[in-house]
Amino acid sequence: MQAFLDDWGLTLLTFLPLLGALLVIAIPKADEQMQKAVALLSTLATAVMAVLLLVWFNLDNAGSLQFVIDLSWIDVINSRYIMGIDGISLPLILLTVLVVPLCVIYSFKHFPEPRNPKAFLALLLILETGMIGTFVAQDLILFFVFFEVVLLPMYFMIGVWGGENRRYAAIKFFLYTLFGSALMLLSFLALFFLADGTLAGLAEANTFDMRALSGGATTAIARTSQIWIFAGMFLGFGVKVPIFPFHTWLPDAHTEAPTVGSVILAAVLLKLGTYGFVRVALPILPEAAAAWAPVIGLLAVIGIIYGALGCLAQKDMKRLIAFSSVAHMGFVMLGIATMTDFGINAAVFGMVAHGLITGMLFFLAGSVKDRYHTLDMSRLGGLLVQAPKMGWILGFCAMASLGLPGLAGFWGEFPAILASYNPAGILSEAVFRTYMVIAAVGTVLAAGYLLWMLQKAAFGTPREEFADSPDVKDASKHEFWAWVPMLVLIVVLGFYPRLIHEASDPAVVESLVVNVGDDVYDCLEIEDGTDCFEDLRAESAEKSNGGG
Amino acid sequence: MSEFVRPALDWHALAPELTLLGVGAFLTLIDILFAERARAITSALAGLGLLGVLVPIITLASAGVASEPRVMFDGGYVVDGYSLVLKAIFVITGYMVVLLSTNYFAEGDYWENEYYGLLAASMLGMLVMTSARDLITIFIALELLSIPVYLMAAWRKRDLKSNEAGLKYYLVGVVASAVLLYGMSLLFGVSGSTLLSDIGSSADLGSGVDSPAMVTLGVIFVLAGLAFKVSAFPFHTWAPDTYEGAPTPVTAFLSVASKAAGFVALANLVFVGFWDRSDVYQPVFWILAAASMTAGNFMALRQTNIVRLMAYSGVAQAGFLLAPLAVAGESAGVADDALQAIVVYLAIYAAMNLGVFAVIIAVARRTRTGMVESYNGLFRTAPAMAVVMTVFLASLAGVPPAGGWYAKFSIFRALISPGITWGYVLAAVAAVNAVIAVGYYGKIVARMWFEKPWVPETALDEIQEKTPNDMSEVVAAESIVAAETVAAETIVVAESIVKTDAGTSSSLPFALVLALGLSLAATLLFGIVPGTLTHFTEVTLLPTIFTGS
Repeated sequence: MQAFLDDWGLTLLTFLPLLGALLVIAIPKADEQMQKAVALLSTLATAVMAVLLLVWFNLDNAGSLQFVIDLSWIDVINSRYIMGIDGISLPLILLTVLVVPLCVIYSFKHFPEPRNPKAFLALLLILETGMIGTFVAQDLILFFVFFEVVLLPMYFMIGVWGGENRRYAAIKFFLYTLFGSALMLLSFLALFFLADGTLAGLAEANTFDMRALSGGATTAIARTSQIWIFAGMFLGFGVKVPIFPFHTWLPDAHTEAPTVGSVILAAVLLKLGTYGFVRVALPILPEAAAAWAPVIGLLAVIGIIYGALGCLAQKDMKRLIAFSSVAHMGFVMLGIATMTDFGINAAVFGMVAHGLITGMLFFLAGSVKDRYHTLDMSRLGGLLVQAPKMGWILGFCAMASLGLPGLAGFWGEFPAILASYNPAGILSEAVFRTYMVIAAVGTVLAAGYLLWMLQKAAFGTPREEFADSPDVKDASKHEFWAWVPMLVLIVVLGFYPRLIHEASDPAVVESLVVNVGDDVYDCLEIEDGTDCFEDLRAESAEKSNGGG
Repeated sequence: MSEFVRPALDWHALAPELTLLGVGAFLTLIDILFAERARAITSALAGLGLLGVLVPIITLASAGVASEPRVMFDGGYVVDGYSLVLKAIFVITGYMVVLLSTNYFAEGDYWENEYYGLLAASMLGMLVMTSARDLITIFIALELLSIPVYLMAAWRKRDLKSNEAGLKYYLVGVVASAVLLYGMSLLFGVSGSTLLSDIGSSADLGSGVDSPAMVTLGVIFVLAGLAFKVSAFPFHTWAPDTYEGAPTPVTAFLSVASKAAGFVALANLVFVGFWDRSDVYQPVFWILAAASMTAGNFMALRQTNIVRLMAYSGVAQAGFLLAPLAVAGESAGVADDALQAIVVYLAIYAAMNLGVFAVIIAVARRTRTGMVESYNGLFRTAPAMAVVMTVFLASLAGVPPAGGWYAKFSIFRALISPGITWGYVLAAVAAVNAVIAVGYYGKIVARMWFEKPWVPETALDEIQEKTPNDMSEVVAAESIVAAETVAAETIVVAESIVKTDAGTSSSLPFALVLALGLSLAATLLFGIVPGTLTHFTEVTLLPTIFTGS
């Protein structure tokens, strides 16, 4: 089994959903039951594959890449088909393979107009391939391809099945993301030419191998070049996260997207951006990351406050949740900006927690919309009276989202704030402690808007117009079973955060300390790190010339 | 005067050109012999004949031409790996154009034999161009490939627009030829030879500092003459009108093969003839590339006719293709990267652009219009066609995994590899333009997927007649019902048009389906496994005089 998983595990994990999509496309349009069955089965098969990988994953060695596949792909640019997972990607993959089947189950009874389950399910499955592929790719070009594969399916999902303003939202989403990733591709290319793979023990100097690039191949690149290259990646990942001020596509996309689209967007798609920072930008260019960290931190805290204030100004429940995403992703980015293992662990946890909690909130918003045909909070009310189960679940998720200890949200936010008390040595403590204070204020605001939303939607008595509406029923069987696994996980992770930390911590330490080399880590940990990097560069340049 | 010495001919190396010549002559001959009776089989014969040209290309490849080029006429005609790859691209493109033409011309009651004869003649010019390393040969090849297309563009001779297309293309083309020829005469005057390798090594041309202004002028004139051919801004003005008026298969041929031939000529001239004069051509190409991308994209955003839109998209794509030439003179390694990027781009562009035109022809078969509105709701009326078109448009926009991303990637790579500021800036310009292009490609995609199905105006009138005219007397509630009926009927009519008028892919003619399938397969294959293409495109053009120095 181990051998089989080593050779085929990640390839199967990535492409099983795509295979499912092709099968769904091959089934005649009229046979909806069959399409649903095949779609669900292929997502479940993917989930089983992920569980097998989890079982055979060596937790004692979570820091290093496992199940590595390394085959030739595009020889002429020395780009290879490299895949592998470690403790950072594993939780995110598990999140993906959990959320997608739940979305499929949920959609069985909720195909938005104009229905067409065949196309909807096929797109959902293609989306899954793109997302998993991004989390397993270990070659920049392969990473880029998967990163882009998610674009079109999401574009169609918003544009075809979305709300009234869907065309605008869809094209905005597409253009923003593509703009970021075009510049990101340029950065990857610049890395290809400027990095020296021989420093990391490769035979060729020019490489897209992420393992080598994050293993010291970039230390000889001039500081200005590094900073420009990082800027390109920053745009590519930052738009996806989204970091303030690139966030404006998000509320539109979320408001217009169908429920399942919103859930996938919130639960997994946004994480592609933060994952990019943790996996690509930081380990590959630690020096430039340190130079950019104060900016990232600043934008993160602006995002936290701005997102929260934005929430308080919303009338539409879905839009409110979308703005809360901007705030929550701000916490994740703050954790990343500290450049400490503590902060990045918090970020990884925050990604998973936000995926579960906000995914759930979007599910609920979708179900509320199904019943009341509106998400205007001034017209909602009395959900607890009319649909007590849903009302309680909404309350539970609001609590989780505002970071109540004991639920998953807490372990994303609190450690991120804590980490900014004590950022990496090269960063200014004063600046990050200021950020910490601002971020802490943000949590208060979060409690404000979430409780306000809960009060508007769930408390009170139902409005007259909906008092006798036959549409308003409590959670259906499909909805309930699609939600239970996520609710359970929110509690379990809240009580036992080690489940993720155990995997992510060694991987974070590995990528931040071990892989880049002790000397780089030392530079990050001292105050005049810039000079230290300068010395390191001279040393590497000498080695690089000597070797080449 | 020395006695005339008969040049040694390498018949094997010339076999592709000779075979194609035979095919063209044969097609014309059967028209003379059998007249109308041969109509039904001409296109099939043309297609088979073109595929037959692949045979000598393959035998040449297996004879190791890539490593040992066959040189004729003192270096004026070279068959090497580069020219073979391009010959294969041209022949396959030509075959695809035949597939696109088959039903278009058969059903439209146009002359067929002459058409395929002219197509073969034009392609002969392209094959010659790939091997031409001499000013005169390049000029002859250019005329040979252009003149038949002037005629083909005006093939719908009862249509004014088609006449305009042909005439406009002809006039602009002739002016461009004159400009080109004038530039060539200047270069000949300075270097005393028409051979590109002589021009390249000529001391007068190579000594950057105090070379006569005549050389600069000559180079610029030659480049400008060819810029017309590749429809680069500001020499693109003929393209939209000609593309719109010409029969759509001819437009496909113009936008892919004819444009590619222009790039081949540019590559031959730059890499063999002018390579040392990067001080002249690099700024020219930089400006042409940046201007073509930007202007082409912005003008494409405003188009309402799909073929005109594709014309401007072609201008923008030409900008991408020109971009690597703006840095090609930096070093021999960069030159190789740039050339390979151009060849890769040409191959992928051929696949995806032919695919788009195949869809345009298929859709126009039932809608009889080129307006972009006619793509509304294609996903509902012909889902397979919509998906295929989406793949091609995504490819043109550069979204992985469709092939276009690798084409753009190669261009970026060539631009960044020398590590000079101007290269980075042009790469950034190109990246921004790649995003702007999504504006109009995405618009078509959005129409296909998001809009209600399109209904021709005549059909709309019919529906209107069926519904009550005196709406004012009907109570409000009823008028809503009536409006809903109209909407419902619109969809029914739209769907019935699809069903009856051969709209679904299964009832498309076989040739068109084959063309769609081939281009789709190539587009996806090049995107997912670019190695299948790069395996053939690792070519070089720089003569040893440059690489040695």
